[in-house]
Amino acid sequence: MLELRGVTAGYGQFTALWDVSLRVEAGEAVAVVGPNGAGKTTLLRVVSGLIPPRSGDLVFEGRSLAGRRAHEVVAHGIAHVPEGRRLFPQLTVADNLRMGAFLPPARRAFQETLERVFQLFPVLAERRRQRAGSLSGGEQQMLAIGRALMSRPRLILLDEPSMGLAPVMVLRLFDLIRRVREEGYTILVVEQNVRQVLKLVDRAYLLEVGRIRMEGRAEALAEQDFVRKAYVGL
Amino acid sequence: MIEPIFLAEAAVNGLLLGGVLALLALGLNLIFGVLDIVWVAYVDLVMLCMYLVYFLVMLYGWPVWLAGLAGVALGVALGVAVHLLIITPILSSPPINQFLATGGLLFFVQSFATFLWTTDHRSVRLALPIIEVGGMFLSFARLAAFTLSILALLGLYLFLTRTYIGTAIRAVSQDREAMALMGASPQRVYVVTSAVGGAMAGLAAALLSIQYSVHPHFGAAFGPITFMICVLGGLGNMVGAFVASFVMSEIISVGGVVWSTEMGYVIAFALFIVMMFVRPGGILARRD
Amino acid sequence: MAPRVVALAVLALLVAGPFLPMGGLRPYVLHVVIQIYIWAFIGGAWSLMGRFGLVSLGHGAFLGLGAYTTTLLWNFYGLTPWLGTPAAAALTALLALVVAYPCSRFRILGHYFALVTLAVGEVVRLLIVAERDWTGGSLGLTLRPAASDASLLAAQYADKRVFYYAALLVWLGGLWVWRRLDRSMTRSAMEAIGEDEVAAASVGIHVTRFKLAVTVLSAVLTALGGVLYAQYITYVNPETLSGIGVSLRIVFAVVLGGMYSLLGPTVGTALTVSLSEYLRVVFGVKFIGMAETIYGLLLMLFIIFLPSGIYGSLHDLLRRRRPAGAGARA
Repeated sequence: MLELRGVTAGYGQFTALWDVSLRVEAGEAVAVVGPNGAGKTTLLRVVSGLIPPRSGDLVFEGRSLAGRRAHEVVAHGIAHVPEGRRLFPQLTVADNLRMGAFLPPARRAFQETLERVFQLFPVLAERRRQRAGSLSGGEQQMLAIGRALMSRPRLILLDEPSMGLAPVMVLRLFDLIRRVREEGYTILVVEQNVRQVLKLVDRAYLLEVGRIRMEGRAEALAEQDFVRKAYVGL
Repeated sequence: MIEPIFLAEAAVNGLLLGGVLALLALGLNLIFGVLDIVWVAYVDLVMLCMYLVYFLVMLYGWPVWLAGLAGVALGVALGVAVHLLIITPILSSPPINQFLATGGLLFFVQSFATFLWTTDHRSVRLALPIIEVGGMFLSFARLAAFTLSILALLGLYLFLTRTYIGTAIRAVSQDREAMALMGASPQRVYVVTSAVGGAMAGLAAALLSIQYSVHPHFGAAFGPITFMICVLGGLGNMVGAFVASFVMSEIISVGGVVWSTEMGYVIAFALFIVMMFVRPGGILARRD
Repeated sequence: MAPRVVALAVLALLVAGPFLPMGGLRPYVLHVVIQIYIWAFIGGAWSLMGRFGLVSLGHGAFLGLGAYTTTLLWNFYGLTPWLGTPAAAALTALLALVVAYPCSRFRILGHYFALVTLAVGEVVRLLIVAERDWTGGSLGLTLRPAASDASLLAAQYADKRVFYYAALLVWLGGLWVWRRLDRSMTRSAMEAIGEDEVAAASVGIHVTRFKLAVTVLSAVLTALGGVLYAQYITYVNPETLSGIGVSLRIVFAVVLGGMYSLLGPTVGTALTVSLSEYLRVVFGVKFIGMAETIYGLLLMLFIIFLPSGIYGSLHDLLRRRRPAGAGARA
């Protein structure tokens, strides 16, 4: 479904990704893990069009999206839940969700999609008139994911969903992400919380200093040293 | 001693003026909130629309309301044109350059108007009635202008809260990048915002035409007040600007009657300085 | 050092200026050059703030306050401008403090600060116009002529050469102040503040104090420029000496020539003054307003196409010509 071929990208004079290649098949859940500063966020920003790749290609469902701007990429069926959630703090929960359905096809199916989102995240229905900025961390993350779902994407990019959340909340969140995945969405998630995310996904890539160092099935990677190190904190 | 009835009249007139000032202040704030750029030449665009209304009515005999609509249309056109031609190239320039660019527009517009139409004051001569309300004499023109501006502001409120694009405009002012991730082209949102800002300028022009005469340096009279209102209300703060508009207009109106028009300005300035010390973020600044 | 020799040569030329043959154009040339000195001085004063990110669009307030104070004191009380100037400086410093203190204390920066200064500049203009009974309003005020053609007491001289040297001295003085500030602790402190106020404060830099100091210095120097201008032209007018128009002109000249260099404001001012004069001569009284229209148009075009000013654009151009280095910065 999604394929990155030899993507190199960065900011100004700084290169964050070097010749990165990866694939995500339809229906899969894939994770990209790695330490801080590895370039994981940059990777997602390239996929969603916030940053153009300097070289290499980005192919989604057979179409090359390299160089397409963010608002065009969304129309192709990729939704990005950014790092730090990036909600509209002064808008209500309902308005945030409405903005997720900005594109005309999403607008037409607004009610239906909204129902699905409320089923997945009942707390959002309760707090629909509340300002997004006043929600708790976990609720904000749910809203951010719900907002992404409103555009009726086929691929969802999740950037560090567990960031800033209490451990209990993280478990709940990953449960919810699992349910989203079960609804049929393809997921590409970037995470520092290696252990938890490997339990969620089918395959994973290890990104270090802008390059893919390792890839494989989640269970296989979970046995690797670096995971043990991350967990024990060596 | 001023008779209370004159004070009351001044207060009411201040209220009526406030409505139109609010259009100006909110238009400017809307654009700033979304684009992060202050259109220094905003009130001069109003001046251009006023000239259009003047010429349509006095030279071509159009009815005032129709000329007013034309004024609004010109406002929209100017808003979009300014955005595409001047603002878009300097979107990522440092603020100082942005001020100079719109400042250059100010010089250009004021001088070109002087060149084309000389500095003569031109007035749309309408014999609109004076209405007596409880001993106060109020001009129908002012009442009409006030009513229409309030309706327009209401319309703006509904637009910003009930429509997709309106909510998108609010969203962009809170997080530009996130809105791009929703599928909204930033350029499109900017153009719509500029068009709405321009429309408000055009409407203000139409409403001011029936109360004041127009001349190339009209912006020099109403510009500073508009900027002061924006700062007083908190730059980018729509509700603050709304409140500040009426505060300012009351001071100018009542101060103008009690002392003189000039003293009205002096007091407004004094208040402005005091506010700077007391609530520098603006009247309704949040303590965050 | 070659640059020093060049500088001295140029200085010698400038000093000899009024005695060089110029055909019949001497009074006119001196007039233009005097204006360049004065406005370059004012531009330099503005750049003391501008280079540190304190962009003021209201320097017209200080200009007007300075000019009108000395003029009014002379016209109404016969107070010599030599005493009027400290009064003007004091008043201007007070205004600067009143505006800058809350801005600094409450961290009003960027657009907000610029808009506040714009409002202040305009209010000063409005006040001058409003109090027309004693300020002459928008018609302006003529400096009361002194008893003789050359009066030190009144600081009025019919001979332009006196003002030429006075303006030259003031301009050089401005450059000296710029240099001193550039090499002082204040400069480093202000740059730190410009980058990150909180970080600067956390290492003990008294942010408010520095900002106020720079603002007051800039304001007072601007006021001095205004006084000199008033004494030279012997006429003050709210449009020329306060308000957004003159404020923007000052800023434009500095940005044009380069905000961060010693001679930037001078270069920029020389260009803008020459441009204004040229346009005025070409269009004169025939097409009122056309000169300004072109000025505004050029200003817009310039900002759009040459945003880093002349110095900056030249710099970029030269950098592109040289072969790209390794490119990898640390």
